[in-house]
Amino acid sequence: MVQLMNRTDKETQAAVSPVEAPIRETAKPVVYDTKQLNLWYGSHHALKNIDLPIRENEVTAIIGPSGCGKSTYIKTLNRMVELVDGVRTSGEILYRGRNIFDAKYSVEELRTRVGMVFQKPNPFPKSIYDNIAYGPRIHGIKNKKILDEIVEQSLRGAAIWDEVKDRLSTNAYSLSGGQQQRICIARALAIEPDVILMDEPTSALDPISTLKVEELVQELKENYSIIIVTHNMQQAARISDKTAFFLNGEVIEFDDTNKIFQNPADQRTEDYISGRFG
Amino acid sequence: MRITEQQPGVNKRFIDPASVSKRMDGRKITNSVFKTLFFMATLVALLVLGILFYRILSQGIGFLSADFFQNFASRFPEKAGIKAALVGSLWLMAVVAPVSMFHGIGTAIYLEEYAKKNRVNDFIRMNISNLAGVPSVVFGLLGLTIFVRALALGNSILAAGFTMSLLILPVIIVAAQEAIRAVPQHVREASYGMGATKWQTIVRVVLPSAIPGILTGSILALSRAVGETAPLIVIGVPVIIQFLPSGVMDTFTALPMQIYDWAKRPQADFQKVASAGIIVLMAFLLLMNSIAVLIRNKFQKRY
Repeated sequence: MVQLMNRTDKETQAAVSPVEAPIRETAKPVVYDTKQLNLWYGSHHALKNIDLPIRENEVTAIIGPSGCGKSTYIKTLNRMVELVDGVRTSGEILYRGRNIFDAKYSVEELRTRVGMVFQKPNPFPKSIYDNIAYGPRIHGIKNKKILDEIVEQSLRGAAIWDEVKDRLSTNAYSLSGGQQQRICIARALAIEPDVILMDEPTSALDPISTLKVEELVQELKENYSIIIVTHNMQQAARISDKTAFFLNGEVIEFDDTNKIFQNPADQRTEDYISGRFG
Repeated sequence: MRITEQQPGVNKRFIDPASVSKRMDGRKITNSVFKTLFFMATLVALLVLGILFYRILSQGIGFLSADFFQNFASRFPEKAGIKAALVGSLWLMAVVAPVSMFHGIGTAIYLEEYAKKNRVNDFIRMNISNLAGVPSVVFGLLGLTIFVRALALGNSILAAGFTMSLLILPVIIVAAQEAIRAVPQHVREASYGMGATKWQTIVRVVLPSAIPGILTGSILALSRAVGETAPLIVIGVPVIIQFLPSGVMDTFTALPMQIYDWAKRPQADFQKVASAGIIVLMAFLLLMNSIAVLIRNKFQKRY
């Protein structure tokens, strides 16, 4: 870290244009380091030579047209992609320095550290309380008092406590879609993760619920590293610090969100963000 | 048929309103003809059921008395009772229900949740469905060979129970598989996403949602076992029993066996006794099916 800072200081001084401050100046430690990742669904080569260092306490957005591999990539980060039959991978993904494809790395352990929020709100057909307490319970917490505290803290963390505190025992399905999605975020927070993966979390929500989730993401990045797949480029521009542009299974460009949206290095990125395709 | 002349910039019209309305009547008639036809088909089934109910009730109701439930089989129609058969059927259920449900649900969970999609497992799945269509007498022969002779269980409740379990196992497996498959994948993903193991996901997420469907299917399969006669005949279950079984190794008789025996006797009054027996059997089945419906309505989860 110190070394890194020193080097970036020098680079800053050497920079020709001091107006555009280099991103490396504030570089945070890497949480997820993807190295030469390839993934095949049967014979379909879905991810090609992905290299992506994702840093702590940042929001990293992954954008790209449908079928570009962005959802596949985020599901690879917690190995959910393996639920699909016939998936093969090569290369490595280092999470906090350990390769998640290592035979000794248990997926259960990985997923306890890495929470996930899905495209469609997917609460369990249980009460709000039981939804939030699900994670802690499977990890062995039985004490009612501790569970109560976790539930409250998680719901507060997902900015939905005030809306549901009087009806924790009602079925989560009685809530609106936007509330369900925040319940799902609260449920992910309840396992006290290090990273939160979000796979198009607002694609099924109305604009007001979307805004609430976006605000929530901004608050959450204080304590968590967030990787968010989105179809919505404005959303990526609004909430993320870094943006990776995927196309046909490759990372075309990965940089500061501002840089990607204002001054993309690759013509294809520019075409995509300016709406010429996708 | 006249097609309106094409004007520049206007789509050509292919559907002529006049000919559409000309054909309308014919289409409506065809529709009502088939509606009537299908209603008649339903009526035939209802009519048969009605006649059956009427005949059995009118014949048997006179023999339904407290004595009928307390007496054993007898040479005299007025003294004949269903006690041994009713208790025997309950004993049979006591073996069939746990054995078939444990194996059936276990197999369904394995096939749906654990087994990988490959040719061997596809072959197994396909054959289980085929097994559901095998005639019950064949299962009776299987039971005779394996349980009665090879394992030397004789014509005991256990041997009959195992045979009946085999008979309804495919039905339970298929019903349970369907119930498990109906649990949406996204709730499984939610569970796995929090670091739950497969077993935790099955117990906490899949089964609570699937259990109404599984129980409904199982109970319907069990009611089939209550009414089956052929396997019991092949196994050699007796019909005249003057004692109640005291354990699973005892021999016994069951409701359909008793009814079969009464029905083939020459005396006219025994036909009426048989009808009374059928009423008891049908009440038994109706009760089980009602429980299945009740469970389905009460616990059904909607996503």
